[in-house]
Amino acid sequence: MALKDLPIEECLFQGNAACPGCPATIALRLVLKALGKNTIMVVPACCTAVIESLYPKTSFDVPVMNIAFEAAAAGASGVEASLRQQGKEDTTVLAWAGDGGTYDIGIQALSGALERGTNFIYICYNNQIYSNTGVQRSGATPYSAWTTTTVSGKTEFYKEMGDIVRAHHIPYSAQACISQPEDLYRKVQKAKGIKGPKYIEILAPCPPGWRFSMDLTVEMGDLAIETGAWTLYECENDIVTFNGKSKILLEGKIKRKPAEEWIKHQGRFRHLFVPKKDEEKLKLIQQHIDKRWERYQKEFL
Amino acid sequence: MKKYKVITSLSYPQEGAMGKTGSWRVFRPVLDVSKCVKCLRCWIFCPEGSIKRNKDNSVEINYDYCKGCGVCSNVCKVKAITMDREAKKE
Amino acid sequence: MTIMIDTGNYIAAKAAVMARPQVVAAYPITPQTTLVEGIANYVANGEYKGEYICVESEHSAMAACIGASETGSRTFTATSSHGLLLMHEMLHWASLARLPIVMCNINRVIGPGWNIWTDENDSIAQRDTGWIQFYCSSNQEIFDTIIQSFKIAEHEKIVLPVMINYNAFILSHTSMPADIPTQKEIDDFLPPFKPHWKLDVNNPVTHGNIIGTAYYEHIRKGMQDAQDHAKKIIKDVAKEWERQFGRHHGDLIEYYHCDDAEYILISTGAIGAESKAAINNLRKEGIKIGLARLRVFRPFPEEEIRKLAKQSELIVIDRNISIGSNGAFYNEIKSALYGVSDTKVTGFIAGLGGKDVPYHDIETMCKKAIKSKKVNNSQIWFGFDGGE
Repeated sequence: MALKDLPIEECLFQGNAACPGCPATIALRLVLKALGKNTIMVVPACCTAVIESLYPKTSFDVPVMNIAFEAAAAGASGVEASLRQQGKEDTTVLAWAGDGGTYDIGIQALSGALERGTNFIYICYNNQIYSNTGVQRSGATPYSAWTTTTVSGKTEFYKEMGDIVRAHHIPYSAQACISQPEDLYRKVQKAKGIKGPKYIEILAPCPPGWRFSMDLTVEMGDLAIETGAWTLYECENDIVTFNGKSKILLEGKIKRKPAEEWIKHQGRFRHLFVPKKDEEKLKLIQQHIDKRWERYQKEFL
Repeated sequence: MKKYKVITSLSYPQEGAMGKTGSWRVFRPVLDVSKCVKCLRCWIFCPEGSIKRNKDNSVEINYDYCKGCGVCSNVCKVKAITMDREAKKE
Repeated sequence: MTIMIDTGNYIAAKAAVMARPQVVAAYPITPQTTLVEGIANYVANGEYKGEYICVESEHSAMAACIGASETGSRTFTATSSHGLLLMHEMLHWASLARLPIVMCNINRVIGPGWNIWTDENDSIAQRDTGWIQFYCSSNQEIFDTIIQSFKIAEHEKIVLPVMINYNAFILSHTSMPADIPTQKEIDDFLPPFKPHWKLDVNNPVTHGNIIGTAYYEHIRKGMQDAQDHAKKIIKDVAKEWERQFGRHHGDLIEYYHCDDAEYILISTGAIGAESKAAINNLRKEGIKIGLARLRVFRPFPEEEIRKLAKQSELIVIDRNISIGSNGAFYNEIKSALYGVSDTKVTGFIAGLGGKDVPYHDIETMCKKAIKSKKVNNSQIWFGFDGGE
């Protein structure tokens, strides 16, 4: 698939309230291109609730149901059941939540909906922080990253949401990145064609949250993949396949770039470089990635 | 478009729901059409959807809404888009 | 019609299914459990053909009901006590979204310590959520009120959710006879749900995005107007029900021997039912007393209360307490009378934690109130620590 094969039709209008360089809108445009207009979105508290713009106008050309922070997956279960009763099973139900609404406050409702077999696509756009509320730490924030609630850097590593989701043995789950549009588009399209719960997590490098220049959004995504900090994979019926550069990295055909290559561009890690390099913490970050890839090689190669 | 009578927070789709966001811009992307290879990277990566894709895959920038983030310029592999300071407008 | 002799919960399940909701989403909690088990049985025997979502929490139950209702389905759920408290956030969401969801709440004590008996603090804590609140006093009334509630909730001038409250065990688990109309009769009374707005891919709208202050105030005012309209609609629907089925449980209030009453007892729920026996006995003793059983707490029947105060002294029994103030019903009654009437109002707190409130205790309370010289006796804890 090439970019020219992607549809021109947009379901997200320009002139919306997203920050310049926003990864969420890059992802939203792609996801809605893949799903088309026969889609109902369920959106908990997150940046997208702002991106929708101000009442009485909206930037979305598909129906959007806003719902409380912890309730996206449960709300989607209700939408899906209701549509089934009305014979509208061809409509895609898309729950669209951030990492706070997924890893933390929304994990119970998500797990419940996955276990119940809700026929929907749950997409977590992961910018590794509570960005909408002003960059607070979430369960997805990486070790040592500055946030407004981890002023000297986070002292814990993030949790592996992908593993938690896979433990539900749903028909399809995947990780994608805004910097790889063909891969993301293909995954969303594939999910659309599968019945049952589908989970896709999209890495969404956030310029104001990660403190990098707003023109580097796509580059921050690619570097996350090339350093192995983020992984592109999909899991169909419990079989995991790595995709794109992540696949080549797994096969060992190219080497992972050092994590430093990714984090040095991000102001949230600045304290690891200034006033002097914190070799110990940088080593811990690298080791965490290395360990994960060792596990990948054991499990998925 | 059907408008509902019931009083709740119902919003209706509209381009420019936050107004002409082009006014946010500090730097303006300028496309050198002669360099463009129609790869569509700027089109797909524009966070705002402000790069119009024509039938022949040529592209145009919509300055009414472009917020001037510079992603298009950065993803362009042939350096056909430069970011110029807004004040420098001819 | 058939006579069904069963518990309040099973009769509620019957009513819920006969209202033909397209979606039910619920989470079990004592003493609501047998209600949702009842619906599960109707799913198993094919009598209920809608969706029944077994969610993983009450918060999710209400979220799922909201999702279903926003996409145009008639929706029902049920809960109790801590379940209702966990739903609190979503109760606001449902009413602000103007969704005619109908819910039974089986009034149960809030912990700690764990106590499954009845009092009203769970639903009183939801007073300001914008939901219409009924309080029932018999299994028949539960059935009739559930069907009526769908009609009230879905009325174009209301479009608000409705909560039907009834007492844990005293009603939920006690068998009583109830007349059950035929499905056709119910269908004639309650036509299929026509949503007043919905999420529709052919007419995309965004519900609930960021809203400015003035617009938001407009939405709150709209809810208040709807509650004001509900005062009349509840009466109309009760009358329509009476015409069709010959039963009337009162509208906002059920009046019992109020016409010539010098004293009027105001109570709710099962105490309201028990109060009738007390009124009969007191009347036998020559006391001109009547009962105004509050059937509806939201919208609050201010006008009706003012009318009662014109002719009678009022005695209020609250099976709840707004800690730091008084019984919730007492407070609202006093507030309705402010500047309008100086009549004596005596307030009792009774039956908290599910403590039994038999008719002879109610008689004692009434006599104590009648004897009392205090004009505003706001808070007598009846039977507390061996005395009052």
